[in-house]
Amino acid sequence: MSNTEVTTIEELANREYKYGFVSDIEAEAFTKGLNEEVVRKLSKIKDEPEWLMEWRLKAYRHWLTMEEPHWSNVHYNKIDYQDIIYYSAPKKKPKLNSLDEVDPEMLDTFKRLGISLDEQKRLSNVAVDAVFDSVSVATTFKETLAELGIIFCSFSEAVKNHPDLVKQYLGTVVPSTDNFFAALNSAVFSDGSFAYIPKGVRCPMELSTYFRINAASTGQFERTLLIADEGAYVSYLEGCTAPMRDENQLHAAVVELITLDNAQIKYSTVQNWYAGDKEGRGGIFNFVTKRGHCRGVHSKISWTQVETGSAITWKYPSCILQGDNSTGEFYSVAVTNNMQQADTGTKMIHLGKNTRSTIISKGISAGKSNNSYRGQVKISKKAENARNYSQCDSLLIGDKCGAHTFPYLEINNPSAKVEHEATTSKIGEDQIFYLNQRGIKTEDAINLIVNGYCKEVFKELPMEFAVEAQKLLSISLEGSVG
Amino acid sequence: MLLEIKDLHASIEGKEILKGINLSVNEGEIHAIMGPNGSGKSTLAQVLAGREEYIVTKGEVFFKGKNLLTLAPEDRAREGIFLAFQYPVEIPGVSNTNMLKTAVNEIRKYRGEEEYDAMEFLQMIKSKMKLVELEQALLSRAVNEGYSGGEKKRNEIFQMAVLEPKLAILDETDSGLDIDALRIVANGVNMLKSPDNATILVTHYQRLLNYIVPDFVHVLYKGRIVKSGGKELALELEEKGYDFIKDDSGVLV
Repeated sequence: MSNTEVTTIEELANREYKYGFVSDIEAEAFTKGLNEEVVRKLSKIKDEPEWLMEWRLKAYRHWLTMEEPHWSNVHYNKIDYQDIIYYSAPKKKPKLNSLDEVDPEMLDTFKRLGISLDEQKRLSNVAVDAVFDSVSVATTFKETLAELGIIFCSFSEAVKNHPDLVKQYLGTVVPSTDNFFAALNSAVFSDGSFAYIPKGVRCPMELSTYFRINAASTGQFERTLLIADEGAYVSYLEGCTAPMRDENQLHAAVVELITLDNAQIKYSTVQNWYAGDKEGRGGIFNFVTKRGHCRGVHSKISWTQVETGSAITWKYPSCILQGDNSTGEFYSVAVTNNMQQADTGTKMIHLGKNTRSTIISKGISAGKSNNSYRGQVKISKKAENARNYSQCDSLLIGDKCGAHTFPYLEINNPSAKVEHEATTSKIGEDQIFYLNQRGIKTEDAINLIVNGYCKEVFKELPMEFAVEAQKLLSISLEGSVG
Repeated sequence: MLLEIKDLHASIEGKEILKGINLSVNEGEIHAIMGPNGSGKSTLAQVLAGREEYIVTKGEVFFKGKNLLTLAPEDRAREGIFLAFQYPVEIPGVSNTNMLKTAVNEIRKYRGEEEYDAMEFLQMIKSKMKLVELEQALLSRAVNEGYSGGEKKRNEIFQMAVLEPKLAILDETDSGLDIDALRIVANGVNMLKSPDNATILVTHYQRLLNYIVPDFVHVLYKGRIVKSGGKELALELEEKGYDFIKDDSGVLV
């Protein structure tokens, strides 16, 4: 690599994180630390039924017996779980029915993030649930959706208004004892989104949750539960940002998806948590458990993720393909720059007959970052005629970053067809110069190459989010010439 | 004058390759630069296009009266310099059309012209495709990926036709071409020739000059232009080989 290029990398990699501002909103927060009392207090403040408090406590007690896992290809100092605030909520309690009563500073925050909670100004085909620190502050288009029998609200509201549904499905995909971070989440989750699409209903708009961490020293533990009843369809999108802080903040979410017969859920994520500075100070630890359960026959769950933020990303959106003829898909673009680390991938567990899964993973590493794909494909004994196709590509920008692929295949039925393809490529200076010579400047040249590389994944995103994702990608990679 | 090179010296990794080039190119002219391997022909092409690995240590280059050496490679392209690469690089995932549309619009923007929309662009490139007998299928394929040698070179000339440069530099575009591909490439270059633009052909062999007739032939040897003449100089070289230049210039081998 020539000297001039090194300079360009350094100059341009310093691009600022646009969402790193802090909003001046008075918050009501617990003191730091975690014990049974904190779990009880949290449950009480949310006015939860007894069974849920017990469920939390059971998770907490189990969590105490578990060890923080360290099998992933990421490195960080041990997290002090007593140094985290487990609940923080904006003090002016917003009335969920009227936006007029939401703290104007909060509305302004979401406006700066490009999320208008004012329904008149929203894109007409997207309903948003906005989660600020530990609580949901507003959900738009609720009435329109209710006419179709669709429930879309914050998790807390769902617990209040639809306790039977919550009780029936909570923890059935990701049990409270599933893993260390899922157990922690089950004990202390504060809010999140809930959606139920009734039989035969095709949700007419995108449902979307926007997560924002604002308060310092606060962990965000949200829980999302989506249920698509027989023949239902929903497309769901989540976005996330956080202020720039020198400390690492923990985000340990759990997402559970359930599809019954002939139902389909399309779940898209554009993750842009603060990634830390270029020396690796600060940033979000994004330790998330996401799992979908295709319970019904001919049902389908698709995960599409564009992961550009976080100091560390550790997540494996997975599908349990139980219903015969069910389909699981995973489309991923994971970008790491500077000192970021990502260990991400998926699990496709084939249980039913004729189940199919597709995995398309595109890792992009720049700076001194490390990017790992880790994926498991398991074909159980009874899964006759299961099919899997996996494609894992890595793109390197520069020569100080790393890309790793860890595929795990477990095949217990001889009728299975499993294909795995993997490639590693590098953006070369000769490619950049070629495009320069055609009148295209270096940043645009990288965008052109990266977007070309990711287009199989982007085409899975809803239109307007695909545009956002492309922009986000270009910002994350600006200047990382190789 | 379109291009004026004065006493140009350039080196790579501390090694001087160009040792004082002087060359003037006017609109409407075709110049052939010939010379044995390692004489600096490709280096000259790369330096004019702005490849950063080459450090200009001395001399000046003016393009349309502007100091070319201070311009970034993309700005040189936008000013109207086009380099047909000797080894066009593959760019997986980026379609030829998408790359060219970006390029054309960047150049138009730079010149203060309105950007093409998708329809206008497609109409424009269709007419240019005929020029180099390029198959439609190549448009939607990734840039140079899996192209044959001949397709790559034709694609370079196709891009040149689309971008309409003031100065086209063809770096050994004839190398590795069979006679049919050579004819197509040459035909494209001849059709694009106008009183407003100029072409520099960098070539090792005289063969290409049977199809594209140069106004001037220059012989580059050890980083200097040691002999210039008309088109007959190329024939003389073909007949006598480069050895006669070495003797003629008095430079020791």
